[in-house]
Amino acid sequence: MTAPSITPSRAPAVRYLLRLADLCLIHAQRLGEWCGHAPILEEDIALTNLSLDLIGQARALYTHAGRLGAADTGGQPLDEDQLAFLREERDYLNPTLVELPHSADGSPRGERDFAVTTLRNALVATWLRLAWERLTESSDEEVAAIAAKAVKEARYHQQHSADWVLRLGDGTDESARRMQNAVEQLWRFVPELFEDDEVDAHAAASGLGPAASSLKEAFDAEIAELMAEAQLKAPAVGVFRSTGRRGVHSEHLGFILAEMQHLQRAYPGGAW
Amino acid sequence: MTSVVTERIQQAWTVLQQVPDPEVPAISVCELGIVRDVQQADDGALEVVLTPTYSGCPATEVIERSVLDALSAAQLGPARALTRRHPAWTTDWISDEGRRKLREYGIAPPGRTTPADTAPIRIVRRQREASVACPRCDSPQTERLSAFGSTACKALYRCLACREPFEHFKPI
Repeated sequence: MTAPSITPSRAPAVRYLLRLADLCLIHAQRLGEWCGHAPILEEDIALTNLSLDLIGQARALYTHAGRLGAADTGGQPLDEDQLAFLREERDYLNPTLVELPHSADGSPRGERDFAVTTLRNALVATWLRLAWERLTESSDEEVAAIAAKAVKEARYHQQHSADWVLRLGDGTDESARRMQNAVEQLWRFVPELFEDDEVDAHAAASGLGPAASSLKEAFDAEIAELMAEAQLKAPAVGVFRSTGRRGVHSEHLGFILAEMQHLQRAYPGGAW
Repeated sequence: MTSVVTERIQQAWTVLQQVPDPEVPAISVCELGIVRDVQQADDGALEVVLTPTYSGCPATEVIERSVLDALSAAQLGPARALTRRHPAWTTDWISDEGRRKLREYGIAPPGRTTPADTAPIRIVRRQREASVACPRCDSPQTERLSAFGSTACKALYRCLACREPFEHFKPI
C-alpha cells in the first residue's frame, strides 16, 4: 500500500503561502545534498544550518496553510507532513531556481559545483530577507509572527552567502571563472521571482504579503552592489521565463520529490 | 485567582527553573527566556507558553516533552505546552544568571542586539563586528572561525591569546 496524494486548497492565500513554503523546503533539500560533501567542514555545517532554518520556516508555513485550506474547503486541516510529502509535482509552487541541480553545466549528472550553490544561496537569501521583512507587516498575525522570526535567520543566511560570492568572485582565476559560469547558468531563472499573477494580486490587496514584483527594486539594488564588488557581470535578460511558481517545473523537481517522498509514500504516516 | 491556583503556578515556575535546555544543559529553559507564561486553563490543565528560539531548532519538541515530564513528575499535571511565536524570541531574553552560566560552561554569551541588527545587509565597508571575549581567559583578542556551529544558535570562535577554540551564542 502506498499513501495516496492529497490535493491542497486552491484558495489564493493558501497558494501564496505554499509558494513561500515550497521555496524554503526545496531549497533546503538541495542544500542538504551537500551534507558530508562540502568543500570544507565549516561550510558543511553552515549549509546544513541554513537548511535546518529553512525547513523550520517551511514547517510553520505548511501548518498555517493547512489551517487556512481547511477553512476554505472544510474538513480536517492538512498537516505539515501531508503538505510536504504527499502532493503531486504540479501542486508544488516553488520557483524553478531552487530545484536546479548544483552542477556547473545545469545537467543532473554533472558534478556539484560549490559556485552554483553559493550564488543561488545569495540570490535566494536576498529575496527571502526582503520578503520576510515585508511579511512582518502581514495582516495575518500568524504569518507576521513566522516572518519576524525568519527575518533574523535570513539576515545570517544573506550575509554568509554574500560573503562567499565576494570571496569567490573576487578570488582566484578559477574561482572567478566558476562564479561567472554560475551567473550564466542561473541568471535566466531570476526574473520568475518577480512575476506577479492573481495570487500575488490577492495577497497584496488583502495585506497578506507583498506582490513578487514589489521586491524587485530592492533586490536588484542589493544584488547589483554584490555583483560589482565580486567582479561578476550580469548577462542580458532574455525572453525565457521559468514557471515553477505556477506549478510547471523543470525536469529536476520530479527526481527531488521521488527522493523526498519515498518514505512517506511507502510507509504511510511513518514517524520516528 | 484562588491561592491554590497561584501556588500551583508558583510551584510550576520553580520546577521549570530546573529544566535544562537539551542542547546547552548548563542553563535552564527559564534562563534561556523561552518560557513566556504559565497559566491554569478552564479545564484545570496547566498551560506552559513556550516560544521557539530558531524556526528549525530540533530541540523544540524535546523541550516541550521535558517541560511536561518535569511538571508531571512534580505532580503538578495535567499540563500542556502552547507555542507562542509573537513576539519573536531574542537572545536579549537570556537572563544575567543564564549569561554567567553560559560563560562558565565555555560558551561566550551573546551581546545585546543593536539597531544594526535590523539595518540593511552590508557586504563591504561594513561595521566591525563587536569583539567577543574569550569565555576562558577574557581576552578580547578572538577571531571567528565560522558563522555557524554545532547548533543553530552558535558560531565557532578561537581565542588568539590562550589559543582555545570556543563557541559563541549569536545575538539574534
